[in-house]
Amino acid sequence: MKNLKRVHYFGAFLSFVLAVWAVAAGAQDVPDVGPHPPAPPKEMESHIGKLVGHSQNAKSDYRRYCAGCHGDLGDGNGENAVWLDPKPRDFTMATFKCRSTLTGTLPTDEDLFNTIGRGLTNSNMPIWNTFSNQQRADLVAYVKTFSSRWEKEKPGDPITIPAEPPVTIESISHGKYLFTKLECWKCHGPQGKGDGPSASTLTDSKDNPIRPYNFAAGTDDSRFKCGSTNHDIYKIFMTGVDGTPMPSFADTISPTDAWDLVHFLRTLQVKRHSPENEALKAAGGKIPPYVEKPSAAPAQSGNGAAGGN
Amino acid sequence: MRASKSCVAILIATLCPALMYGGTISGKITYTGTPVRQKPIDMSKEPSCAKQHATPVTTETVVTGANNALENVVVYISAGADDANAPAQAVTFTQKGCQYLPHVVVLQAGQELKVVNDDQTSHNIHPLAKQNREWNKSQPPGSPAIEAKFDQPEFISVKCNIHPWMHGWFAVLKTSHYSISSNGGGFTLPNLPPGKYTVTAWHEDYGTQTQDVTISGNETKTINFAFKAKAY
Repeated sequence: MKNLKRVHYFGAFLSFVLAVWAVAAGAQDVPDVGPHPPAPPKEMESHIGKLVGHSQNAKSDYRRYCAGCHGDLGDGNGENAVWLDPKPRDFTMATFKCRSTLTGTLPTDEDLFNTIGRGLTNSNMPIWNTFSNQQRADLVAYVKTFSSRWEKEKPGDPITIPAEPPVTIESISHGKYLFTKLECWKCHGPQGKGDGPSASTLTDSKDNPIRPYNFAAGTDDSRFKCGSTNHDIYKIFMTGVDGTPMPSFADTISPTDAWDLVHFLRTLQVKRHSPENEALKAAGGKIPPYVEKPSAAPAQSGNGAAGGN
Repeated sequence: MRASKSCVAILIATLCPALMYGGTISGKITYTGTPVRQKPIDMSKEPSCAKQHATPVTTETVVTGANNALENVVVYISAGADDANAPAQAVTFTQKGCQYLPHVVVLQAGQELKVVNDDQTSHNIHPLAKQNREWNKSQPPGSPAIEAKFDQPEFISVKCNIHPWMHGWFAVLKTSHYSISSNGGGFTLPNLPPGKYTVTAWHEDYGTQTQDVTISGNETKTINFAFKAKAY
């Protein structure tokens, strides 16, 4: 009995030695070929209101839900990416479509938090209402680990959006005047159908073909890439949709003029029930030509209900 | 009288640096083979620009001159010289006739760039930067110049999305020693102190070449670059 035990122990010991030797030998035999994975990213935090997200807590969520499209390296080259149009966001460039900050600047953590929760219409980015707020905040922090820009720069300041003035036919008329003058129709088309003269040649910043937004197809449920409210439309053209042909008009439109343009754009969504379409119907269904007011009052519209500025 | 001797000495001492930095690297950029023919641009979708050109202009990917000269090649010191502070003077990039003038603008990191719209139509300025920040701004006719700065050295492709034929480049460099080849294909890099330099020549389509040059005094060293033309 004792001898058998000794044999067993010796056998176990020998197997152990052999295993270690095999692993060591195996490791020596495998040549060191690239590519080496990049250095592990610095852990990042996100702050959305009182919520604090930590990237280290999002690793498994990212792997399970995001990496298939956005890739393990966050560069938009996940396994599914070849089948997708538009392509998944490349986080390594830290260029994002939907922001409340000026063109060329980083979005706020809240912008990213909202994008994950809202999804991106007309794309394969789902509405991620399956995550808890904490999970979403952790994922925002994880997205920030893919680019060193987050360490080197602060996000831009969110743009100031003045209060929305009343929806009036004068506001809509001014908006139409701006739409024509600023040549939005060159891409979006005169009726906002996305069929302007330049529409067919548009490419995004990675040279993929891209189409301008089609307002005319809009129904009550339609959303824009970056939201669905009038405030969202305002932000879209005042911050630009970075990474796409849609530029920022922040240097060319005053904040009050911007609201007039928003009101006009809503009337391009002809199938949608909206205050703007109601105002248009009340005015007989036609937008009157814009008449430049002789004394341009500044933005504070304290008096007069039909002020329309 | 002793004072005047020291005055002269001081004068010579202050003038010496100006006399020392007299080395020059210059030469010619040429191409070998047959470049692909540049295509005429159809600007009929933008009549206000089309009418500015009696004959249609062509794309500017490869611009050549007499004797196989290659233009729009940015030649600069990529090693051997210290990084330079950005000059206060701004550089201008103009949109005229729905073209970018110049096609390649060279500036230093941190130097101000002014983008001007001289046309009757809106343009959008979209520098497709990868090391620098990518941004995209609309610029209607009559609006003020857009001012921009780039912190990182990079060759940035620039386009207008409204007018898809418009292509240009911002060559953002760290060094103040640069030259761009014009219609003789010639370039010159003057005011070089003695040292070992790496000279890089960049062309938007034909790539990059480098050569090492040593300057020992006030001499002019000649180096030439020959780029192989692409068939397409």
